[in-house]
Amino acid sequence: MSVSENTGRYLSTFKDWQSNAQADDPSWIKELRQSGIASFASLGFPTTKNEDWKYTNVEPVVSRPFGLANGEVRSLAAANVLSNAFVEVSAPRLVFLNGVYSPALSSIGDLPNGVRFTALSELLKSSDAAPLSQMGRHANHRRNAFVALNTAFMAEGAVVMIPAGCRWPQPIYLVYASGANERPVMSHPRTLIMLGAGSEVSIVESYVSVSGGMYFSNAVTELIGEPDASAHHYRLQREGADAFHMGTLAASLGRGCHLTAHAITLSGALVRNDVHVSLDGEGAECVLNGLYLGADKQHIDNSTEIEHAKPRARSLELYKGILDGASHGVFNGKIIVHKDAQKSDARQTNKNLLLSGDAVVNTKPQLEIYADDVKCSHGSTIGQLDPDALFYLRSRGLGPDEARSLLSFAFASDIIGRIKVNALRQRLDDYLAAKFRDN
Amino acid sequence: MLDIQGLRAKAGDNEILRGIDLHVGAGEVHAIMGPNGSGKSTLAHVLAGRENYEVTGGQVTYQGQDLLALSPEVRAREGIFLAFQYPVEIPGVSTTYFLKAALNAVRKHRGLEELDAMEFLALIKEKMKLVEMDQALLNRPLNEGFSGGEKKRNEILQMAVLDPKLALLDETDSGLDIDALRVVAGGVNALRGKDRAMIVITHYQRLLDYIVPDFVHVLFDGRIVKSGTKDLAFELERKGYDWVKSEAATVH
Repeated sequence: MSVSENTGRYLSTFKDWQSNAQADDPSWIKELRQSGIASFASLGFPTTKNEDWKYTNVEPVVSRPFGLANGEVRSLAAANVLSNAFVEVSAPRLVFLNGVYSPALSSIGDLPNGVRFTALSELLKSSDAAPLSQMGRHANHRRNAFVALNTAFMAEGAVVMIPAGCRWPQPIYLVYASGANERPVMSHPRTLIMLGAGSEVSIVESYVSVSGGMYFSNAVTELIGEPDASAHHYRLQREGADAFHMGTLAASLGRGCHLTAHAITLSGALVRNDVHVSLDGEGAECVLNGLYLGADKQHIDNSTEIEHAKPRARSLELYKGILDGASHGVFNGKIIVHKDAQKSDARQTNKNLLLSGDAVVNTKPQLEIYADDVKCSHGSTIGQLDPDALFYLRSRGLGPDEARSLLSFAFASDIIGRIKVNALRQRLDDYLAAKFRDN
Repeated sequence: MLDIQGLRAKAGDNEILRGIDLHVGAGEVHAIMGPNGSGKSTLAHVLAGRENYEVTGGQVTYQGQDLLALSPEVRAREGIFLAFQYPVEIPGVSTTYFLKAALNAVRKHRGLEELDAMEFLALIKEKMKLVEMDQALLNRPLNEGFSGGEKKRNEILQMAVLDPKLALLDETDSGLDIDALRVVAGGVNALRGKDRAMIVITHYQRLLDYIVPDFVHVLFDGRIVKSGTKDLAFELERKGYDWVKSEAATVH
């Protein structure tokens, strides 16, 4: 099947969906959807000839006839959603099942004054809501076919708005749970996070499988930080073994704004994470931490792009991967320093641990520097477990499997240790300890 | 306890041990001295099961078993402990977590109940007194950023916790100032006993002022060329290694 046939199938799915539903939606979102589908029609799906998709063949995803999943929510075994998604039961959360908001599983709690924390569908229903003018301005649907598709099909997701000066200490959770029974299903969750000047928030986005099956999560999150805002963003993927995930985080940071974004991929057949951070204000700062664990025939691609657009901004990036079985990891790290972005400071590191002779990693740093007074560094490593460390552990009585699992855990815990949400860090720590022990 | 006969081993094409004979009885402390490159550390690592070395000849019997047929972890569980000259730094694994896992692996093998967190903590607190180690080190990643003295104390702490029958101390004195040396040696001496044998590997006689051996052997060019009591160590200190080297040359 050619890619253009795949494109055509999505175009006709959109046509049916648009004429059957969403008729009452406000015009601004309808217009945005139209721009999205128009971009998708002209882009088509990327091939490996496209430099940004050189190591990731999307054919297995796009050739499958995924249908929109709205009808199949009730058949999902939703009982374990929260624990699978590493959610603290007491924390505010919005839960979505196959792209449909579940008020029953959600818990909003008491919100600080002026905070908006709501499902997109709820917001669209309220007649007095102003258009979300930031939506679609940061995740570029003209450049990425999957962002275009998400924009075309956007109907559900989360909207988080923190007013200026509001520091919300409690982490909030967005749970996007998916599962498929007989037919392959897809969802296009969309998240918008807006931080007013000097505000602070911690948001955990958890993409999780509830009952496995073949499904496709195509997620887009936009995050806008006004001056001196501080955001801690965690994206966790615990997708099913047959599931596909395409995800984009697009962030724009104003003057003195700080973002720490974690991308943690624990499972999924094919996962692609795009992170695009634009340091749009002087002295803005982003810290990107990533961890990806591949096994069997999993394919995990992390592509990050950091743009230093203004002077004195900092970016610090550390992605680590552990690849076992015949899994394939990709790290694409692009840093662009624009002409006026003097005194930029950008550091990028990618470290990979290969646990099997059949595992593969492609790591590609790309620096484009147009300013002359900058500090930029990058480094990547691909290696096996340290034989000296293995022998040291075995000489103390640990078996070879236990020694290997302990060292793998240690490699991963470097990233987990950077998580500021205590309950989440503890849950992930336990999960990883068990995972490596059982390997 | 340990009987080594004609042990030969090489690293790559380089033959390092060229026929070692050594008998160590329970409760005995043997010092192995020798110039750099004579094969002292290789002997310790071969006994602990390091796979970098290929054993090309000879036999090693430990408590009636063919030691060379055992994997490193089984040797450890059977009571062999190597205190490393250069303990490995392992970021991301706390010293406590590591030691508890090791102790329970050893206890399981010996048919003992595994210790829970509380029991383990009580045990380790008691053992830490032996080496005057700061308890804060327990929560830090294993050996990471430890000073030379802290690493060596940690080795002896591990030895105290794992309760071996045969301890191999590889250049435990290297990199220690005199105060740290005294503490580490004190820890080792406290662990001496009639059921525990020790092989103390050192370049210098200095350590043997603190850990007084029953026997001293001189290793040169992959063979034990001279054996004696602790007086041999003093003689070496006085005369240097050239004396045994020339003697060895006339014998072989």
